[in-house]
Amino acid sequence: MELSTGVREKNLTQSRVVIAALGGVLLLSLLLARLIWLQLVETERFQTASEANRLQTLPVGPARGLIIDRNGVVLAENRPNLQLLLIPEEVTDLDELIAEVRQRIEFTDSDVERFAKNLQTRRRPRDPVVVKDDLSESDAARIAVDLFRFPGLQMEARPTRYYPFGGLTAHSLGYVGRLSLDELKHIEESRYAGTETIGKLGIEKAYEDTLLGQVGVERVETSARGQIMRSVDREDPIPGADIPLHLDIGLTAKLYDVLGDKRGAIVAIDPMNGGILGLASAPTYDANSFIGGISQAEYSALQVDRDTPLFNRALRGQYPPGSTIKPMIGLVGLHYGAVNWKSEYFSRGFFQLPGNDHKYRDWKEWGHGRVSMNKAIIESCDTYFYDMSVRLGIDQMSEGMKHFGFGRRQGRDIEGDLPGILPSRDWKRAARNESWYLGETVISGIGQGYWVTTPLQLAAATTATARRGNFIEPHFSMLEDIDAGTPVPLGTSMDWERMIDAMEGVLHGETGTARDAARGLNYRIAGKTGTAQVVSIGQEEEYDADEIEERFRDHALFVGFAPADAPRIAVALIIENGGSGGSTAAPAARKVFDYWLLDRNGGVSPPDFEYIAKINQRILEPKHADSD
Amino acid sequence: MLTATETGHIESFKPKRFAQRYGVDPLLTLFILITALYGLIILYSASGQSLSMVLRQGAHVIVGIAIMALLSQVRRDVIIQVTPFVFLFAALLLVAVLLIGDGAKGAQRWLDLPGLPRFQPAELMKLALPAMVAWWLTRQKLPPSISQLVIAAILILVPFALIVKQPDLGTSIIIAGSGFFAIFLAGISWRLLALLSGFGLSALPVLWMVMHDYQRIRVMTLLDPQSDPLGAGWNTIQAMTALGSGGMFGKGYAAGTQAQLKFLPESHTDFIVAVLGEEMGFVGISVLLILYALILGRCLVLTMRAQGNFGRLLSGSITLTFFVYVFVNVGMVCGVLPVVGVPLPLISYGGTSIVSLLIGFGLIMSMQRTKRILSGES
Repeated sequence: MELSTGVREKNLTQSRVVIAALGGVLLLSLLLARLIWLQLVETERFQTASEANRLQTLPVGPARGLIIDRNGVVLAENRPNLQLLLIPEEVTDLDELIAEVRQRIEFTDSDVERFAKNLQTRRRPRDPVVVKDDLSESDAARIAVDLFRFPGLQMEARPTRYYPFGGLTAHSLGYVGRLSLDELKHIEESRYAGTETIGKLGIEKAYEDTLLGQVGVERVETSARGQIMRSVDREDPIPGADIPLHLDIGLTAKLYDVLGDKRGAIVAIDPMNGGILGLASAPTYDANSFIGGISQAEYSALQVDRDTPLFNRALRGQYPPGSTIKPMIGLVGLHYGAVNWKSEYFSRGFFQLPGNDHKYRDWKEWGHGRVSMNKAIIESCDTYFYDMSVRLGIDQMSEGMKHFGFGRRQGRDIEGDLPGILPSRDWKRAARNESWYLGETVISGIGQGYWVTTPLQLAAATTATARRGNFIEPHFSMLEDIDAGTPVPLGTSMDWERMIDAMEGVLHGETGTARDAARGLNYRIAGKTGTAQVVSIGQEEEYDADEIEERFRDHALFVGFAPADAPRIAVALIIENGGSGGSTAAPAARKVFDYWLLDRNGGVSPPDFEYIAKINQRILEPKHADSD
Repeated sequence: MLTATETGHIESFKPKRFAQRYGVDPLLTLFILITALYGLIILYSASGQSLSMVLRQGAHVIVGIAIMALLSQVRRDVIIQVTPFVFLFAALLLVAVLLIGDGAKGAQRWLDLPGLPRFQPAELMKLALPAMVAWWLTRQKLPPSISQLVIAAILILVPFALIVKQPDLGTSIIIAGSGFFAIFLAGISWRLLALLSGFGLSALPVLWMVMHDYQRIRVMTLLDPQSDPLGAGWNTIQAMTALGSGGMFGKGYAAGTQAQLKFLPESHTDFIVAVLGEEMGFVGISVLLILYALILGRCLVLTMRAQGNFGRLLSGSITLTFFVYVFVNVGMVCGVLPVVGVPLPLISYGGTSIVSLLIGFGLIMSMQRTKRILSGES
């Protein structure tokens, strides 16, 4: 009985073991079925998923095209720059990370501030933010060791835009800056996949499309954490095309040298083709400050500066042209028969409209006596032009002056220039909803009243004169040398020659307003001085007795070209509050002509780089103006 | 193989006779060694070619084998006698864990007692519970009576509750399972079993209520991994991707992109089979499953040979628990079971798991031994 109980128990438990084993076999075959489905049936699907996990397609930004001057001097280049970058989306504790970074590399308070600003700038998701620019080799080594510990932090040698002559070129080249969300709406986003910057101003903006290049693609194997393990394959980006300019960096340095500490602008154009040889707007700033994101302190310093270094006077400064446009208005008058070369006017020092007491005064209190067109230009006789304007009428005056490019923006590759104002009945009706008064015609004849022009416009108009009545759009790049200009349909070629003769008289005549500036000259300059009453540019200046006096002084202007019979350079120059054109502007222009025609032999001789570097440095030095 | 010698005492080598005489079963030991070796090879790749990890794991195996061999020498009646005390001790340790245990990943599972290596008392309970249930049920005739079963159920529920509290749902279910296997093998009637299953199913909603949020998420994730591909579903999706992309022959040893590029979570512990499947394909996994089948088959053979009811019950439940480990782990990696923290036996990195498994094998060996060298028992 005992034994049989034992046997029964043994049979019972053993049969249960068998049942359990069968259950096990069933479950194992279930697993096997699942594995067969995963590994043998759906293989392809999971292989695709695994590849998608492993491989990432990264855009490779193209190298931005260079900007080079007429002699091949690089004005905008790409400098290798070792940057510490951070992808905020991958960082959990930013403060801690920054503390860790600070322990390893030099990270000043201004670095912190700059980084904070970079961080706040709106950007595309997962766009890296620059933590620190221009890492030194030792900093790079220290951070590289621990980089793997900080997900989201990366170090990359990214080419960064650099302007070797950042002060000299800021107002012509502009600069590139971080792509903003606003700009993203206006660009083809795929083209910028590997690029974080975009031309913000100037040539950089005008030629953005050409400079950008084509994005490349790199497939990389990445770990789950996003670390790049290796490159699988790569389609190289196509670098942006270089932009060759007419600009001469030596001449540009000369322009800034001539302007010195004064506020003002000079535009120099090659009359052969309309190419801009030099452009200066003083004071200036260093375009390089804007590239990595400018610090708040630096930016507000530039913004509150009373001398407005960020303001591009050459393209956006709208000044009354004053007497500088008299040769052109004279040509209009000749064309419409308001005067001829023989007609004379007796200048008594003032002009009056019939039936009106108001005296329109000449700059020469007692008048010029008997004045012909030639003398009116040489001595800059106001009353002659008052009289002529009334006979010409505003409609013909503005119709004629239109051909010199006034009242509209210039050029094809010029960004951000302003149109100025070419006074006309239509303009006044549209802008002010008022009708035109005859008195306004009178003062329009000497470039006052509603007239405002930019230095660029004056230079372009002067170029048209130098070309004997052919207007060519001013432009920066040689890529735009595509047309032969448009004839200015005014007068005869004899009229132009005689007008240019008169303009030579301004410098070389015994009574010329700029005769002092032409002393000892061994070539001929044709020019015209101008003195513009101040319509103050910044109204919100502090009051300061000396300052008021200085800032209320007239603007000094000069336009001209040389050599007069075969012009190689046309210049428009304005010195704010510089006094009279004859005493300040013309001598400054003479230095420019001397440099270009004598020192540089019309741009044939190479520039002096030491001089260029010296000027670039000087104009970027903070002014200690108030003390001296 | 052996031929006649001058002694004239010729015996061909019989594993059964060897095992019954010397305790250590040569076949089971061989299967375990091969599996463990296979595991070390997989681990080397899964750990990112960490030799030190492989060496440590090798040490775990050696220590475990030694303990297994030692345990196989212990007499069955000694084991029966100490069973209640070991169970009580294990239960006390579980209480201690809840009071003074060490936390890892939000759960208290480890006990750090001075002078002892850090370990999880739950591992001890995995063996102590089936032994205790077997001890209790075999005090009387089989099949067990209702009152015996009620006590057995209490014996199961206490450690289950303690481990659920840690919380470690996966382990607690497996431990409850190991106790239940003892009851099943003891011959519980099918009618009662059906009744209990009914109760079990109706208790599922209750279980759902007491689950932690992360546990519920894991279950939900199992039903639809794509619901949260970067969060809770990540593990399952990546594991299935690893397995599936391995195909028939795999991507090559140490060349699995999912594993080596760390898309695969816990690649050297709970998800190691995905590494195997990715790098050596269906073939590699099949080899492993065959090794497991050999181990399980041999364990079943030893269970059939086990001496006495206690021996059969204990051997059988240890064997079945081993099977559950394999099934739950592989099932989890394949995406048919929720993600629970269950290592792949003999393969996943971890000393506690290896040693406790080998202790189990030692007990199985001890249960089938008939001849005692020291006592001369025959």
